[in-house]
Amino acid sequence: MGKPTRVTNRLRALRFAAGEMTQADLADRLGVTRQTIIAVEQGRYSPSLEMAFRIARVFGVPLDDVFQYPQEG
Amino acid sequence: MPFEEKMTWVNGVVTIVVPVVYFVVMIGRLQSTAAADIAYQRPLIIAIVATIVLTIIGSIAAAVGTGISAELRGRKASDDIDRKDERDKRISRHGDLIGLYVSSAGVVVALALTMLKADYFWIANALYLAFVVGTLVGTTVKLVAYRRGF
Repeated sequence: MGKPTRVTNRLRALRFAAGEMTQADLADRLGVTRQTIIAVEQGRYSPSLEMAFRIARVFGVPLDDVFQYPQEG
Repeated sequence: MPFEEKMTWVNGVVTIVVPVVYFVVMIGRLQSTAAADIAYQRPLIIAIVATIVLTIIGSIAAAVGTGISAELRGRKASDDIDRKDERDKRISRHGDLIGLYVSSAGVVVALALTMLKADYFWIANALYLAFVVGTLVGTTVKLVAYRRGF
C-alpha cells in the first residue's frame, strides 16, 4: 500500500508560510498527535471533514487551499 | 510513535508470548497424555490472567517511558499520553473489526467441534486459539495502518 488516499494537500507549504510552524505546534493546536500531522502531510491519512476544516481555520484559508482532489477523467 | 501505537505493540507482544508458552506446554502434555485426560483448565486460566497482568504492566511501562521521553523533550507528559485522536480511534476500530471477524470464524470451528462431540480440551483450546489469532490479526492490521497509512 503506497498512498491510500487520492487527496493531496499543501500542509507543509502552509506551515512554512505561517512562520515555519512545526508539526508539533500544529498538532498541539488541533489536539492531535504529531504522527497524525505527519501522516496527513504524507498523504497516508485522510482527515475527517471536521479536522480538515479545523486545519484550514488554523491557517486562515479556505478548505480548497489546504486539500485538493484530482479531477476525474 | 503515538502512545496508542505503543499500546498496540504491548498488546501484540503479550498476545504472542503468553499463548506460545501455553501451547508449547499443552503440546508437550499431548505427547504423553490423551487429550481428554489433560488438565488444561489451570494453565488456560493462568494464561488468560497472565495476558491481562502483562498488558497492564506493559501499559504502565509504556506510559512511564512516554512520560520520561516527553519531559526530556520539554513537553508535558500528559500531552503525549492523553492524546488519542481521530486517527487512533479509526485505526483501533478498523483493527478490532477485522480481529472480530477472524475470532468469529474460529468460534465457528469450536462450535463444529461441540457438534462432533470433541473432548472439552479441543473445544476450549479452539476457542482460546480463536481469540488469540483474532487479537493478533487485529493488532497486525493496526500496526500496518499506523506504519503504511490508513
